[in-house]
Order: sequence, then C-alpha cells, then structure tokens
Amino acid sequence: MKNTSYSIETRSIIKTYQSDFGVIQAVDDVSLQVSPGEFVALVGPSGSGKTTMLSILAALLKPTSGSILLDGQDISAMSETERVALRREKIGFTFQANNLLPYLTAVENVELMLRLNNKLDKAGSLRAQELLARLGLGQRLNNLTGQLSGGQQQRVAIARALIHNPSLVLADEPTASLDTERAYQVVETFAGLIHEQNRAGIMVTHDLRMCEFVDRVLQMRDGKLVATYNDRKSIMKLVNSRAGD
Amino acid sequence: MKRVLGISAYLAVKEIWRNRARFLLVSLVIALITLLVLFIAALGEGLGNGNREYISKLDAQLIAYQAKSDFLISASRLDRDRLASIRRVAGVQDVGMLGTANANIILPGGGEPLKAALLGIEPGHVGEPPIVQGRPLSTKLADEVIIDRSTALRSGLQVGDPLRIRVTQGTRDEFYELRVVGISDGQQYALQPSIFVPFFTWEQVRPKSEAEVNSGNDPVGNVILIKVKDPAQAESVSQRISAQVNNIEIATVAAAIQALPGYSAQQSTLNTQGGFTLFIGLLVIGGFFQIQILQKVAQIGVLKAIGTTNTIVAATFVIQISLVTLIGVAIGGLLSFLFSLTFPPTVPIVFNGTTSAIAIAALLLIGPLGGLVSIRYAVRIEPLKALGLSI
Ligand SMILES: Nc1ncnc2c1ncn2[C@@H]1O[C@H](COP(=O)(O)OP(=O)(O)OP(=O)(O)O)[C@@H](O)[C@H]1O
Ligand SMILES: [Mg+2]
Repeated sequence: MKNTSYSIETRSIIKTYQSDFGVIQAVDDVSLQVSPGEFVALVGPSGSGKTTMLSILAALLKPTSGSILLDGQDISAMSETERVALRREKIGFTFQANNLLPYLTAVENVELMLRLNNKLDKAGSLRAQELLARLGLGQRLNNLTGQLSGGQQQRVAIARALIHNPSLVLADEPTASLDTERAYQVVETFAGLIHEQNRAGIMVTHDLRMCEFVDRVLQMRDGKLVATYNDRKSIMKLVNSRAGD
Repeated sequence: MKRVLGISAYLAVKEIWRNRARFLLVSLVIALITLLVLFIAALGEGLGNGNREYISKLDAQLIAYQAKSDFLISASRLDRDRLASIRRVAGVQDVGMLGTANANIILPGGGEPLKAALLGIEPGHVGEPPIVQGRPLSTKLADEVIIDRSTALRSGLQVGDPLRIRVTQGTRDEFYELRVVGISDGQQYALQPSIFVPFFTWEQVRPKSEAEVNSGNDPVGNVILIKVKDPAQAESVSQRISAQVNNIEIATVAAAIQALPGYSAQQSTLNTQGGFTLFIGLLVIGGFFQIQILQKVAQIGVLKAIGTTNTIVAATFVIQISLVTLIGVAIGGLLSFLFSLTFPPTVPIVFNGTTSAIAIAALLLIGPLGGLVSIRYAVRIEPLKALGLSI
C-alpha cells in the first residue's frame, strides 16, 4: 500500500459540488503521481478543475472520494488539526495574489514559515536571506511587501514556499500578475530551486509558455485528466503551439 | 502555549507598529470614550459627594428622625427632650442635635453672596466636624462659626475673619455677623458648602417663617445624630432607642445617605449615562475591528493555508484589541488627570480611586468584548479564500 517513491500521489480523486443547477463534477477521477525533484504543470481551460485539484492536493479541501498520499501518508483521512500541521510542515504555497503579509518585510515573510514551525534560529534566518538573494532580492530584504513589485512579491512567496524544506510545493497561477519577461524569470528560478532542493512541485497555469521549464504537463478538461506530456519534445510543441497568443 | 503566544504577539505587534497611525486613531477614540466615562464617574462622585459628604463623614452610626418623616432630614422635627432621652439609652455614647438650613454668605469683596448650608450642631459632640485649621467651637461664645474647606475655597475667608450671613426671617432679610474660628475638611451638605454654628446660635440666625418668628417655642432641630459605644452593636442599640423613645424613626448612616433628596435618582442617572457611553465604546471598537477583518479576509486565508492555527489567529486579535484598548485607556486616563487639575473647586468633579478603577476595568473589558464578533469571524474564515476559492 505504501509507496514512498512518490512525494505525492492521488488515487481516483472525485470532487462534486451541489448547486442549484444540479451536481457539478469539478474533479472527475484524477490519479497522478509526482516524484521528488519533479516539476509538474497543471493546465487546462477555465473551469476545468485546476484550482479545485490544487486545493485538494494542498489539504485545504476534502475530496468527495479518492485518496491522497503525501510522503506515503493518507491525508484524506486526516482531522482538520492534522491538516493544518501538515500544511505548515510538509507543504509550501504560492498563491495568485495577496500572498504576503503587508506588515512584514520580505525576509520576515519568509521567516514566518520557520517561525510557525518553531524552527527559526540564526541559521534559518541566514538561509532565508540567502534564498531571497538567490531570487534576486538581496537588496530588498527589509522592504515591506507593499514596496515590492508583483514579480518581486511572487519571488518572496517562492522563498516562503521553500524555506521550511517541504515535500510538496504548490503554486497557483504564479505568473498571472506578471509581464512575460518577469514571468519567465520567476518560473525558471522556481524550477531551478525545485530541482536543486529535490521537492515535488506542482504549478497551475493557463499560460502554456510557462511549461517550458517543467518536466511534465498534465492537461485537464471538465474535471478530467485528458492528456499528459512527458518528454521534452512534446512539451516544447505544446509551449510553441500557444506562444503566439 | 508559549509558542502560540510568541507568534501571536509577534504578528499583533508587527501589524500595529507598521500601521501605527491607524491603530493610534482607534486608541484616541477609546481615549476620548475613557475621558467621557471617567468624567461621568467623577461627576457622579462629585455630585454624590456634594450631597452626602457631611453625613458620610459623621462619627455617628445612627440618625434619629421624627416618626413618619420618611427619613427626610428637612421634614423631620425633634426637640431637645428627645435628645436627652436618647442619650440615656444603654449603649449610646454620644448624641448631637443637628439643625439644617440655608444661608447666604456676604462675601467681603462684594459680588454674588455664596449660598451655603447653615448647620447647627452641638459643640464638642457628635456632628461637629474635625478641624484642620484654627480651633473647634467653644461652648460659651455664640458668634463662632466653623467653615468647611469648600466654603473657605469659594469665599476666601480665613480663620479670624468676620462672616456675615443674610437670612430671611418672616418678611424681613436679617444680617448676622459671626466670626470664623476654624476651618474643617470638606463637609458639603445638599450640594452646598457648609458652615457650622452652635445649635442655639443656629436657632437664632436660621431662616424662619412669620409664625416661627412670633412664637416663643422651644428650639427644635431636625435630626439627632447618635454615636454608639460599640459600632458592632448599632443594630441592637437602634432597637432599644426605638423601644424607649417614642415618636421617632431611626436609620443607619448608610440608609440615611440613600434617603437624601435626589441622591439615588442622581446616582442611577449618571450610572446609566456611563453605561451607555461604555456601550458606544463597545460598538466603536467592535465596528473598527470588524472592518479591519473584512479587509483582511484573503490575508487571514493565506495565514491559515500556510498552516497557522485558529488559536494563533484568534490570539493575535485578542492581543491587538487589548493593546489598542490599553493604550487608549492609558491616554484617556492621563488626559482626565490633566483636565482634572484645571477644574476650579466649584465644579463637582471628584476623581475617586475606587470609582475610577471600576470605570477603567469596564473600559478595558469593552475592547475584547467589542472584538468578540470579529474574532469569531476571523476563526471562521476558510483558508480556501487564499486561493480565491470560496465555499
Ligand atoms: N465552491 C464551489 N461550489 C460550486 N461549484 C464550484 C465551486 N468551486 C468550483 N466550482 C466549480 O467547479 C469547476 C472547476 O472550478 P475550478 O475553480 O477548479 O476551475 P479552474 O480550472 O481553476 O478554472 P480557472 O482557470 O478559471 O481558475 C467550475 O465549474 C466551478 O464553477
Ligand atoms: Mg483557478
């Protein structure tokens, strides 16, 4: 039953919503696996269930049925308290917007993740500064987030998502508010860090050009996983198919 | 627990510090409410004090009234026979007749006469106030007067000065000249500063109706102040007096204060006002933090999504609300103190330790109470809001 070679694995995830117009099948029988050091993109048209799937992977939303194994541990059976601890310890996040606490500086936002885990010490603080420097924010450590550009904020969020050595790093539309140049930079650095630190990374995006930096692309439609692009060649074909949009 | 408090305090203080202008504004509103509440409390204390000060400072435990006078001092009439009868009751240590009336003090510098309570007491007996300057009344000289501190402050009269009073007797205004021999501490009565004369002098100089001027009746006072040998036995002494002396009713000093005209009504009015002000404070603080939280839904969602527990989220709010309230109450308390220094003695505002402490405790409570709704709201925010997903 236990399969420790994957960081995250889902089995037949189904999520249905009850609405006035009937039952909505937001996620329909999705099974996927991501290994450590692998960066995966989740793409698909609007309403295809990407955010819902991400929320389930993030232990923020319980699936209607199916199981999710994080480091071999079934999280669908966990209590709310256990999920909160799990998110704090094993998962790193970046959100589309409002990622950071506006009353903390860049480095304080990153350190917060260590603070929550009761792991903030001199060494941790130093690592936070180094990580931000790696992301090109060495001169911005003590700026409040309101004084940072959208791309800089996304990079602070990436640092926060990685600082506590999570098994799984999730990013929802990390490039939505960025221009193309910045978007490439952010995703490239992100991918580099995920590979280097051996995390499992999943990024939701509807900008197919961003798939240039990932190892695998999972395509969803109407809640279903409809296609997987595994090799460089097919991924680049997908990237170029939309590059002109 | 220590970790929770550590993170909560960290988040709370960082946010306040980085938004200090906004939080200070709320603290200032709380400061103003504090000022208002403390002043209402001080006014209640001042007015209450002006009403009861003399009675509450009496070295007596019981007060005897004429029967059926409804414990109204001004409506009660007791003669000196009763004084003698009560003195003879076992357990009574000392008695003193008290006569109450009003007089206008003609100020040496001219100007509006000062209205004062003209109190007739027995020199050397219960009812005579303690002297802080000069000497007590002697039993021999009739023209002596003790003025209380508030009379001294308002009139500028000093020991040794002559004091002229004007009273209406029958249809005529009469003037009497007395001499200030002593100044007592504050002894206001019926919201007026007080002057004390020997009972028989009082009988001469008090305002009288035409009938009283013409009749040659024995002197009559209002009530008899009773000091018992053992205050713990006051109750049984009271019963003995009632049994042995007819046509009187007896109240304890505490009951006598409640029966002072308007006293209870005034105190409850001011208490209600203070309560309402606190309630407004509650709404203001509640409103502010609710608006704060509505603006921070996504932020709180992010905090929860990255694994912040509800306990930390709630504790952060409690700490913030407490700090903002504490700072506001501190500023308000300081302002009240500074203002109180500038008030002339005629303004009936008295900052009493106990009353202020109760008011401050109430003020410190309204913050967390007002924030309860917001805290509940914060705890219920779904971490999914961080992803823009709402349930
Ligand atoms: N809380 C909800 N209640 C009811 N239906 C929901 C809820 N959340 C999502 N859905 C529905 O589930 C489907 C999938 O939504 P989801 O947000 O996961 O799509 P998405 O792929 O992230 O789309 P987008 O690219 O526009 O963000 C949609 O049809 C949506 O309307
Ligand atoms: Mg989405």
